[in-house]
Amino acid sequence: MNQHVMPNSNLKLNRRAFVIGTAAAGAGLAIGLDIPFGGPQVVRAADGSPEVNVWVVIRPDDTTVIRIARSEMGQGTLTGLAQLVAEELECDWSKVVTEYPTPGQSVARKRAWGDFSTGGSRGIRTSQEYVRKGGATARMMLVQAAANEWKVPVSECTAANSVITHTPSGKTTTYGKVVEAAAKLTPPADADVKLKDPKDWKIAGKGVKRLDTVDKTTGAMIYGVDVKLPGMLNAAIKDAPVFGSKLKSYDEAKVAGMKGVKKVVKVGDSAVAVVADTWWHAKTALDALPITWDEGDNAKVSSESIAKWLAEGLDNSQPAFIGNQNGDAKAAIGSAVKKVEAVYNYPYQNHATMEPMNATALYTPDKCEVWCGTQNGEAAFAATLEASGLPAEKCEVHKHILGGGFGRRGMTDYVRQAVLIAKEMPGTPVKLLWSREEDMAQGKFHPVTQCKLTGAFDAENNLTALHVRLSGQSIIYTVRPAALVNGMDTAAFQGLSPSGDAAIGYSVPNLLIEHSMRNPHVPPGFWRGVNVNQNAIYMECFMDELAHSVGQDPVEFRRKLMSKHPKHLAVLNAVAEKIGWGKPAPQGVYRGIAQVMGYGSYVAGAAEISVTDGNKIKVHRIVASTDPGYIVNPAQVERQIAGSFVYGLSALFYGGCTVKDGKMEQTNFDTYNSMRIAEMPKVECVMVPSGGFWGGVGEPTIGVAAPAVLNAYFAATGKRIRSVPLKDQNITFA
Amino acid sequence: MANLTINGKAINVDVEDDTPLLWAIRENVGLTGTKYGCGIAQCGACTVHIDGVAMRSCGVTVSEAVGKQITTIEGLASGGTLHKVQQAWVANDVPQCGYCQAGMIMAVAALLKEKPKPTDKDIDEAITNICRCGTFQQVREAIHAAASA
Repeated sequence: MNQHVMPNSNLKLNRRAFVIGTAAAGAGLAIGLDIPFGGPQVVRAADGSPEVNVWVVIRPDDTTVIRIARSEMGQGTLTGLAQLVAEELECDWSKVVTEYPTPGQSVARKRAWGDFSTGGSRGIRTSQEYVRKGGATARMMLVQAAANEWKVPVSECTAANSVITHTPSGKTTTYGKVVEAAAKLTPPADADVKLKDPKDWKIAGKGVKRLDTVDKTTGAMIYGVDVKLPGMLNAAIKDAPVFGSKLKSYDEAKVAGMKGVKKVVKVGDSAVAVVADTWWHAKTALDALPITWDEGDNAKVSSESIAKWLAEGLDNSQPAFIGNQNGDAKAAIGSAVKKVEAVYNYPYQNHATMEPMNATALYTPDKCEVWCGTQNGEAAFAATLEASGLPAEKCEVHKHILGGGFGRRGMTDYVRQAVLIAKEMPGTPVKLLWSREEDMAQGKFHPVTQCKLTGAFDAENNLTALHVRLSGQSIIYTVRPAALVNGMDTAAFQGLSPSGDAAIGYSVPNLLIEHSMRNPHVPPGFWRGVNVNQNAIYMECFMDELAHSVGQDPVEFRRKLMSKHPKHLAVLNAVAEKIGWGKPAPQGVYRGIAQVMGYGSYVAGAAEISVTDGNKIKVHRIVASTDPGYIVNPAQVERQIAGSFVYGLSALFYGGCTVKDGKMEQTNFDTYNSMRIAEMPKVECVMVPSGGFWGGVGEPTIGVAAPAVLNAYFAATGKRIRSVPLKDQNITFA
Repeated sequence: MANLTINGKAINVDVEDDTPLLWAIRENVGLTGTKYGCGIAQCGACTVHIDGVAMRSCGVTVSEAVGKQITTIEGLASGGTLHKVQQAWVANDVPQCGYCQAGMIMAVAALLKEKPKPTDKDIDEAITNICRCGTFQQVREAIHAAASA
C-alpha cells in the first residue's frame, strides 16, 4: 500500500554531587575482564574493583557503581534504575555512581544486562524486576560474605547504607571491606531472592535528585557532538532530500581546494559527505558542492497528494484492518435516531532533538569503534557491524548521554553513515554531525493520518454506536515489518485497543475501530507518544463533540461509558476534581479535558485557557494525572509530565511538517517552532499510582495535551478545531 | 587569525573572519559546553556573554568578537565556586537532557545581572531559549531561587 515505490568540572560543591557528576560524564568506562586462573572467577571493573554481579561493582571506599544498560536522554531512567538497584542493595545512596556497559561487552557476556533499547517508555518498566533482583542478589552475597568472615549465621546479619551489622554482637563492617569475598561466592538461587514490597521502599519511590545534573550546568557533560579524539576530522553530510531518491553526481573539484577540506565521500547510494579539519569547514564546503539527484516519481508527492490519498481511505468501501470491534456499529449507525460525524487529521512531525544527529567513528581493518548518543546501544552496535563489515568481536559502541531522543535516536541511520565515512579514511577518527537543516530534512517523521468518527444515539441520547476509521501511515510497516500481524499494524490502534497496555477506556454497545493503511514515501518513526498523539485527539475531541451534541457535560458523558474501566475513570476523576470541573472557572477562562491509556499507564489532563480575538490562546493552567502502577521517582515523573505538555503543545501549535516536491519544507526552528517559557503554563500533577502493574511515564501524558487544549478552545469559542497544527488555522499563543 | 578573549584568557584562533564565534569556540578553542542547536540564532543553545550581554554565538562572527570579553559556560563559575544560577539549577534539579541548559544558564545569568529580581514577565520577555524536553517550569523556579539567593 505504498503511494510510490519506497524508496567535567573541578568546582566547589558538595562532594557527593561532584563525585556523581564526574562519573556520569565518564559513563561508558571500559569494563575489564580479569578472570584469574585456579580460583573462583571474579570479574573486575577497569579500576580493578570487583563485580558482585553484572549490575553492581563496589570499590574499597564503599563507592557503589551501578551499571545502567538503558540510555539516558533526559527522561531520568538512569537515576530511576539506580534507585531500584540501590533499594534492594541497601547501599548508601550518597555513594552511588553509574556507568554504561557497552554493547560489545553485552555481546561478549551473552546479554548479561538484557535489552539496551530505550523507547516505548520501557526503560524502567521492562527492566525493573531483573535490576531489583540484581541489587537484592548482590546484597545477599555481601551479607553472606560478612557472616562467613564472622562465622555467624547469615540470618543474624542485616544490611543498611552499605553497612552490615551482626545484630547479636553489634559488630559491623562495610560493603567495601567484604566485596572481594562476596564476589567469589555463588549467587543465591533465583527463587531465594525476595524483592521488597514497594510500600517499604526508602530510596526508590522518593523524589531524589538526578545523578547527572552538575556537569549539565558547567558545560562539562560530553554529548556525542562533543567527542574529541586525537587526529579527528569532521564531516558534514547531505542525503537525498526527496526520500527514496538517489545521488546522481557531485562535482568534487569545486570544493577540493576549499580551506580544510580533506575528502568528499559518497555515502551509500543516496548521500554525499565532506570531510574537513573542522565541521564548519566541512559544512561550508558541502554547501558549495554542486550535487544532482535522481529523484524519481517521489518528487511528485506533496502534502496535498498525501491528504487526498488518505481521504480515500476514510471511505468504507476501501479495505481496512479491524483493530477493535463489538456489536455491529455500521448497522446501529444506519438505524440510529441521531448521528454525529467528524473528520480529523494529524500531520507529520519532526523530533527536532536539541542535539542534531551525530556519531564519531574510527575504522581500521581490525577494529571499528563508534561514539554516539543512541536510544539503543545494541541497534547502534548492529549498524556498526553491518556498515563496517567487521565481526562483533572487532566492533564497539561507546554510548554518550543524548541531547534529546524522543524516539529519533532509536534509529541508526546516522551511525551507519558515520561508519561508512570512517571506512573511507582508515585509522582516522571522523565525527559526523548533521546540520539542523539536514536533521529537519532527514527525520523519521511522526506519521500522517486522518480519521473519520461517527457516533450514533438512541432516543434517550445514549451513545449506541461508535465507528472510528483511521486512514494513514504505519510506522511498523516500514520500521519493524516482522511485527505486522497478518499485515495489520496493531500499534496503529494505540489508545483504542480492546485490551493491553494501550486499551480504550470506553464501552460502547456497538464499536468498530479500523485502519486503512496507506504508506507515503516519507520515512516514519516513533515520535514521543507515537500513535497515542493523534488517536487521543481523535477520540477525546470527538467525545467532547458527542457530549455537546446531546447537551451533556463532557465529563459526565464520559463517565457513563467508563464504568468498566475504573483505572481510566480514576485519573479522569482526579483531574476533574483538581481543576474544579463543574465549578465556575475564573472570568474568561474555559476548560477542556481528555484521558487516554498508553504504555501501560492511565493518564488524564485538563486545561484552562482564555482566547483573545478568537485566535490567541493563553494556557493558564494544566492539571495532569497519571497512574503508572508504581512511581520510582515522583520528582522526575512530574518533570516528564510537564515536559510532555511542552512537546505535545509545541506540536499542536507550531508543529507540522509538510511535503512539497517529495521533500520536507521545514528547514529549521524558524519554520518548525517550539514553545518558549512565556507560553508554558504551570502544570499541576496528581499522581495516583494504584500498584500491581508497571506502566511507562515518558510518553503517555503527551496524548492528552492537545485534546485538553482543543476541547477548551471549543468551550471558549464554540469552534471545533479538527486539523493540526493550529498555526495553519491562524491560531497562536497569546 | 583572530585574537579572542575567552573566559579571561587571550587566545589566537586560526579561522576565517566570518567563522561563527560558536564554531571557533567549539572547534578551535575546544570549549564544547557551548552547544550548536540551529545555527540561525533561534534556539539559544549557543548563548555566551559578549561584554556581559547574552548573545547567540552562532550569529556572531569571530571578527565581531575581537577585542571583546567573551564568557562561555566554562567561565561562568569563579574561583572554583559555581555561579548562583548554576547552584540554583543543581538545587532545583532543572536539566533533563541538559543540552540546551548551558545556553539557558548563560541567558539567565545575564538577565539577573540586569534585573536582580526579575518578575515572571521579565523572565518571559528575556528568556526565549528553546528546550525540547520542556524544563521551563523548573527553569522559572530556579531563576526565582537564584534571584533570592
